Amino acid sequence: MARVVVDVMLKPEILDPQGKAVAGALPRLGVHGVTDVRQGKRFELTVDELTDERLAEIHDIAEKLLSNPVIEDFEVHVEQDS
Amino acid sequence: MRIGVVTFPGSLDDVDARRAVDFAGGEAVALWHGEHDLRGVDAVVLPGGFSYGDYLRCGAISRFSPIMTEVVEAAGNGMPVLGICNGFQILCESHLLPGALIRNDARKFVCRDQRLRIENNRTPWTSEYADDAEITVVLKNGEGKYVADEDTLDRLEGEGRVVARYLDVNPNGSLRDIAGVTNERGNVVGLMPHPEHAVEDLTGPGTDGLAFFTSAVAALLRA
Repeated sequence: MARVVVDVMLKPEILDPQGKAVAGALPRLGVHGVTDVRQGKRFELTVDELTDERLAEIHDIAEKLLSNPVIEDFEVHVEQDS
Repeated sequence: MRIGVVTFPGSLDDVDARRAVDFAGGEAVALWHGEHDLRGVDAVVLPGGFSYGDYLRCGAISRFSPIMTEVVEAAGNGMPVLGICNGFQILCESHLLPGALIRNDARKFVCRDQRLRIENNRTPWTSEYADDAEITVVLKNGEGKYVADEDTLDRLEGEGRVVARYLDVNPNGSLRDIAGVTNERGNVVGLMPHPEHAVEDLTGPGTDGLAFFTSAVAALLRA
């Protein structure tokens, strides 16, 4: 079993209203040192066996389904391989 | 003229869209997301709503439904396709239209009667509008901010592919006030506001939306 993580973030030039809302709430918690918050998505994919083909496949679905390349960037990394 | 309206799990405005087609003198045909069957229709409407609960991204999962394989192929062959609101999001996710729809800049769901200018009346969905017609239809969205890179926006404007633009108020932060766009061929149109809610005086702000549907009926009669 292996776990592959796909992180998806809005591209830097895309305004993130959710992140802004979170940032706006921080002062109410007494936190003043955080200047910006960006909110993203994390996908954890569990696979039986991690082969090069499987990893290539995961890159493919990260690009086609998990992210929208018009507005988002993604990163794939293997978290756990046992 | 048979105009299909696709129902996805979570579609809301499919019944109104079918009704608008009937009002316009067309024959509305209910299509189901889970089938590979367009039932011989001449045009397709992807209605508004929250297909698949807007999970992942609005329209992202609907794009991979069986009916969309057929819609993408038919659109490539020139069939008129109109995506309204969630339907617009699905068309962008399907790469039938450029750009994407993201959360409103004001972080609020917006519901209002919205003035628009129809800037391209050469599509099969807008041909019954006068040049630069100004209309009022319902707008209701939480993720309606149209975005694309600068080159794409320049190209859309340069090629006259901005179908509709917001007037008076930009309700969601859409770049360059864009409310609707079309593809290169002009047969696929995506629109964030809802013309299907403005087809009779009894409900909605008037009947300004009806011409989207009479245009399609007229275009299909000409074809």
